[in-house]
Amino acid sequence: MSTYAAEHHHDDHVPTGWRRWVFSTNHKDIGTLYLLFALCMLFLGGASAMLIRAELFQPGIQLLHPDLYNNLVTNHALIMIFGAVMPAAAGLANWMIPLMIGAPDMALPRMNNLSFWILPAAATMLILSFVVPFFPGGGSQINTGWTLYPPLSLQVGMSMDFLIFAIHLLGISSVLASINIIVTLFNMRAPGMTLMQMPMFCWTWLVTAFLLILVVPVLAGGVTMLLFDRHFGTSFFDAAGGGDPVLFQHLFWFFGHPEVYVLLLPSIGVLAHVIPTFSRKPLFGYKSMVGSMLAVATIGMVVWAHHQYTIGMSLGAVTYFMIGTIIISIPVGLMIFNFIATMWRGSMTFETPMLFAVAIILMFTFGGLSGVMLAVVPADMQYHDSMFVVAHFHYVLMPGAVFGLFAGVFYWLPKWTGHMYDEVLAKWFFWINVIGFNITFFPQHFLGLAGMPRRIVDYNVMFTEFNVVSSIGAIIFGLSHLLLLYIVIKTIRGGKKADAKVWEGAHGLEWHLDSPPAFHSWSTAPKAIELTDTYEKPQ
Amino acid sequence: MRFLVSGLARWVVLFVGFFGAGSVYAEYGVNFPEPASGSAQEIYDIHMMTMRVSTLLLVIVFAIVFYSLYFHRKSRGYKADQKFHDTWFGHWSWIIVPTLVLGVDLTIANNANAVLEKVWVVPDDKELMDVKVTGHQWWWEFDYLDHGVKVESRYVPKEDSGDLYLREVDNRLVLPVGTNIRFLHTSADVLHAFWVPELAVKKDAIPGYVTETWVEITREGVFRGQCAELCGTWHARMPIVVEAVPKEQFLAWIDERNAAKAAAAAEASADKTWTMEELMAKGEELYNTKCGACHQVTGIGLPPAFPPLKGSAIATGPIDAHLDIVIKGQPGTAMMAWGGLNDLEIAAIVTYERNAWGNNTGDLVQPADVKQHR
Repeated sequence: MSTYAAEHHHDDHVPTGWRRWVFSTNHKDIGTLYLLFALCMLFLGGASAMLIRAELFQPGIQLLHPDLYNNLVTNHALIMIFGAVMPAAAGLANWMIPLMIGAPDMALPRMNNLSFWILPAAATMLILSFVVPFFPGGGSQINTGWTLYPPLSLQVGMSMDFLIFAIHLLGISSVLASINIIVTLFNMRAPGMTLMQMPMFCWTWLVTAFLLILVVPVLAGGVTMLLFDRHFGTSFFDAAGGGDPVLFQHLFWFFGHPEVYVLLLPSIGVLAHVIPTFSRKPLFGYKSMVGSMLAVATIGMVVWAHHQYTIGMSLGAVTYFMIGTIIISIPVGLMIFNFIATMWRGSMTFETPMLFAVAIILMFTFGGLSGVMLAVVPADMQYHDSMFVVAHFHYVLMPGAVFGLFAGVFYWLPKWTGHMYDEVLAKWFFWINVIGFNITFFPQHFLGLAGMPRRIVDYNVMFTEFNVVSSIGAIIFGLSHLLLLYIVIKTIRGGKKADAKVWEGAHGLEWHLDSPPAFHSWSTAPKAIELTDTYEKPQ
Repeated sequence: MRFLVSGLARWVVLFVGFFGAGSVYAEYGVNFPEPASGSAQEIYDIHMMTMRVSTLLLVIVFAIVFYSLYFHRKSRGYKADQKFHDTWFGHWSWIIVPTLVLGVDLTIANNANAVLEKVWVVPDDKELMDVKVTGHQWWWEFDYLDHGVKVESRYVPKEDSGDLYLREVDNRLVLPVGTNIRFLHTSADVLHAFWVPELAVKKDAIPGYVTETWVEITREGVFRGQCAELCGTWHARMPIVVEAVPKEQFLAWIDERNAAKAAAAAEASADKTWTMEELMAKGEELYNTKCGACHQVTGIGLPPAFPPLKGSAIATGPIDAHLDIVIKGQPGTAMMAWGGLNDLEIAAIVTYERNAWGNNTGDLVQPADVKQHR
């Protein structure tokens, strides 16, 4: 291995200019591109969310035409899921997986380049789908929500076609990235590192990648059938032609429910590094983490119809989906338990990544428990499609996915840039962000229980007060991300020099490389002594 | 600030009320409204049960985490216990924890299942009154199948509904108490969902499907809900208002509706020749309530799903084609068949559409023409 590296020393030059980024096959550069792309999309998606909350600040229609409002609802979801969270998680994977398993790069570097550069094209299509209706002859806005249920999605103008192609591109990008990650994890691990010795972040991404490959094609098939119904006279989803509008819902949620775990698992992986580091104690229950993750992925694939309790399924079907859904609390509960047990009798300090980790444990538990409530079919007759659902899934996805990514960014930012971030500012960001989030979404539980449906542009005065509170929270929450942007830029530009081992309690191969690591790292395989420095074995 | 304070006060009330009596928080609008049917009461109870279990678990988890956050910190000089995962607890927790969670899961599922069977399956051994509920963009049609009465129910603009805006309709869904009512849900265009929180009924209206729910209303009152499934532009403007009345009053109301229907039919079939002014006045009123939501009161429509009528080829072209599309609808589009209207109503609407907004064709369509066309 070392001779091989020595022969290829001429590869060590770092390309410069635009070629470095556009033609990049370097996992670190591509990781950076993913993360920057995700940051841009976070602000786009956030801006649409703030417009939604601005409209809902008071009863009446003040700012947005109903179609534009629902177009923003659609765009907010799609941009956040496909533009912000998934690329950010892929960025972390690109950066960290080769460093963590002692590989010189991803297994398929050129495909890596392709899977990133599809994204800006897809984002352009997505943004066009939003912009086109503003032009004469552009047709109507996409007022369907991200679920795109027909027959409503059949009524929409040409912007729906832009959206369908955007989804195809995003799907191709995810599948390519997933293939790359699976091949890398199976073939590029340092000699001597077995699957059951992989850092947990790698395990979470291995499961995520398999989930993506299994479910993304189903969504692609569903939206393709939608496209055919719209333009080629088929009637897959048109009852008048012998089709079935409910079929689309099944296809969509067969993808959509596992997608929740796609968003969640990489962040669980980040937590499995952050919590041991700042508790100065190995991860509790490595094997049960792996087992519960596989269980979540497996059960998560077969409970999709709990998103559709109101379509009139038989008693037998809803009973199955109810029990299956409630059962998911077992592996998820075990994961949360393992994190708490890792903190237990640790020697904790509370740097920003750890603050986010603790917030995730508390808030994700809360969101998970409201999820158990939602799983109960008779009670869901009331919760379904109400603001309660909106509150629930933001409580799962913000802590479960986004806060996990924030934790990961603060945890590894010194490793990537070679500079420590501003800890005081970062803590301010954490507190404003978390408090803003709770003010925004906690009141929405009450709105839903009191009878406010989701996705309405205008509401009765009885719902005013909690909407006001929620919108005020949204302003705090939304603007707090400008602080994140400032901290990230400041860290990239300079700051206290970071050591190779940034955190006192950190273990793992990535901390044996310089901060920032050389352009080509692990071109010789890690030594045995470095390999033993894992979370699984206490030092 | 006033909002913030009252908001905070409500949260406090909710948390205090978790273990209290059910009626405490109903008036604060932070929980389900007071149930008005047997199944709604059972659903309310299962909701409170799962919420209490969840709250209890949440308190336990928070207590453990905060204990650990306080005591197991470096600043207190706590040394990490590197062997914690090697204790008996570390070895067996992977089986202990799932077993405990499974116990909680089974408790919830068991209770939920008992309720589910009662509310889900329409009892076939009891006498049922059928009401067909059809969702339209953006109004509800209630068809009392056993009584031959149809009600079209639309939202009332803000000027006339005040504080009940988006919770008030022109024609209410009148239902008798103490009767087993079966709702048959379907849709004429896109997905809708019928939701009245007091009755705890929510079911999607799906074109091509008939789904069913049932309810026995236990108290008189006016119960307000709205469409719960995104159905396009004016999804927010599909309120549902149920007026639960004693059986005798319900039957009297049915008789009244039937009498009104007979009177309208008699007027329509009378061999009267109507003047332009009469038909335009009648037509404007009918158009604005029945057609205006999609084609807009101004006739400009919401293209492309809902085409404009102002200057359109249909509204200014041959009368026969115009009558065809109104009576039979346009398959494959959102345009429904309006053949259920009587001859006079169709004549008025068509006359109005052919002469309003500058469509000055001068055509006068008489009820007799419609009758002949059918």
